Amino acid sequence: MLRIKNLESGYGRLKVLKKVTMHIGAGEIVTIIGANGAGKTSLLRTISGLIRARSGEILFDLQEIGALPPEKIVFLGCSMVPEGRQVFAPMTVRENILLGAYPQYRKRRGDAVRDDFERIYGIFPRLKERERQLAGTLSGGEQQMLAIARALMARPKLIMMDEPSMGLAPLIIKDIFAIVTRLREEGNTVLLVEQNAKAALGIADRGYVLETGRIIMEGTAEDLLSNREVQRAYLGRDLDAEGRM
Amino acid sequence: MYWEPDKECLDREELEQLQIERLQSTLNRVYAHVPFYRKKFDGMGIAPEDIGSLTDLSRLPFTTKDDVRGNYPYGLFAVPLREVVRIHASSGTTGTAAVVGYTRNDIKMWSNLVARVLTAGGVTKDDVVQVSFGYGLFTGGFGLHYGAERIGASVIPASTGNTARQIQIMKDFKTTALVSTPSYAMLVADTIREMGIPVSALSLKYGLFGAEPWSEEMRQEIQDALGIVATDNYGLSEVLGPGVSGECLERNGLHINEDHFLVEVIDPETLQPVPAGQKGELVITTLTKEAFPMIRYRTRDLTRLIAEPCPCGRTGRRMGRVVGRTDDMLIIKGVKFFPSQIESLLLEIEGTEPNYQIVIDRKGAMDEVTVLVEAAGVPFSDRRRESGLGETIRKRLTHELGIAVEVKLVGKDAIERPEGKAIRVVDRRKF
Repeated sequence: MLRIKNLESGYGRLKVLKKVTMHIGAGEIVTIIGANGAGKTSLLRTISGLIRARSGEILFDLQEIGALPPEKIVFLGCSMVPEGRQVFAPMTVRENILLGAYPQYRKRRGDAVRDDFERIYGIFPRLKERERQLAGTLSGGEQQMLAIARALMARPKLIMMDEPSMGLAPLIIKDIFAIVTRLREEGNTVLLVEQNAKAALGIADRGYVLETGRIIMEGTAEDLLSNREVQRAYLGRDLDAEGRM
Repeated sequence: MYWEPDKECLDREELEQLQIERLQSTLNRVYAHVPFYRKKFDGMGIAPEDIGSLTDLSRLPFTTKDDVRGNYPYGLFAVPLREVVRIHASSGTTGTAAVVGYTRNDIKMWSNLVARVLTAGGVTKDDVVQVSFGYGLFTGGFGLHYGAERIGASVIPASTGNTARQIQIMKDFKTTALVSTPSYAMLVADTIREMGIPVSALSLKYGLFGAEPWSEEMRQEIQDALGIVATDNYGLSEVLGPGVSGECLERNGLHINEDHFLVEVIDPETLQPVPAGQKGELVITTLTKEAFPMIRYRTRDLTRLIAEPCPCGRTGRRMGRVVGRTDDMLIIKGVKFFPSQIESLLLEIEGTEPNYQIVIDRKGAMDEVTVLVEAAGVPFSDRRRESGLGETIRKRLTHELGIAVEVKLVGKDAIERPEGKAIRVVDRRKF
């Protein structure tokens, strides 16, 4: 579905991504884990066209998208749920979701969009309950759901999520990750960027470890979870201390 | 039958994407964690970021057995020792051994790859697998053992030696698959004949053989004598151990596990890649090893790559059987050694000339090694005596090499030197 080769990008003179090569197969949940500043968000922003790639290729469904503007990339079926939700606080929940339908609205009839509303409210009954409420009054977890719902309205083939667990209570994180799993079951493909490596690897099929802009490891989620370097650096386990206990 | 059909039959384009991803992450890791590679890359003015495609691989330096020995014991490990759960060493008998390590993930990966090779060779969970490889520092025994267990077969860790007892086990435990060197399989076949046991009394169906070169004629012989399907498999401890490649039941080349290894075949003189299908030295880069990644390891094994697809459906390229070595290393009964080791031993023994010749012959099933040594001061009548110099040399060599060696003392200049050049090895075996 997505195939990236030797991708390099950055801000100004700062090169953030260094020859990143990765892929996501249809129907997979792939996670990128890494510390703060490793380049995870830059990677998503580059794929979605918000930062221009300096070199390398990004193939989405075998089409090169590296030079396309962000809205074209969304039209092609690659949507992002941005870090920190970025919902429009003074608008209602329904209006926020409807905004996500914009690419579809131009292509298809209005009642198709209404069907999508039903589908999405099926996944997020809580959002239906709060349809008329202003987005700014929602809890963090609900705002995250709203951001996902908005992305889904574009009927993406690939959903990219940037730190969906950030700032959320553990119980809410569980809900959000259950939704990610459900999206996959419904045929979506998910690229998940997370600092919460344990939760991400818990639901992902495969993962990549990004360190200072380079991919240092690729593997099944299971293998990465049992890799001691990953455990120490990203899962917060002090194995030697555990061994002594 | 496949063990991991999605991986073994991966579309070539997807495979190559996976290979470049894994190559780049391996390079990033060795550059960060192994000073030997960092120094070598820096010296050549090359950084991991310069490798953007599989063809860029040829810009990287080779790694040799000497490099591995020179970093004895742990210099090439890419993880701290506390993450290593297993240590093996190459079967080099004297000098510095090549020491290799495995993390828990490496062991899992290794087991899986051996499971692929065993599955391709016909083994299923219903089989009783007798592993007649040495269990020890040598990777053969444990490698095949873990792979067979992974499949769920019933594994008999028979190890080596005591052939009569092994055959008893084979008969009583109803062994269906024999894992050993091909020469050991020949010995088993001979011994069964001598013991008067009909092949029909055994339950053997499959034989998976490796760790030494063998020929198509030997395969025929083993298959006929034991009534089995015999497949060849390949590996070496410096890159993993068994599990690098193995034949499927088509028996027409060894499927390389290309999602875990990048292979090249080069001209050992020019070091340039040879055209597809042509014979050359096999060079292997590991793509998923954690503890002991290896960049462009020169195996010294001569083989060729087969790009044509195999009727079995696996998409990995195949390698032909190993047809020889680019150095003078000898592999006798799975034990590897160099003629120079014999030379240095002879130099330590008084009364011998530094002129010798190693004659290797295959009598029936097993390889026999005879070392001709020029002994100047020994009267002719003494040369045949059981005790004395000949016996001293025989004991020393047998002890140091770990395999039985015959010694024949000959007079000065009795060993011919055509054009003044000594011929150190006469190999009469046919591969």
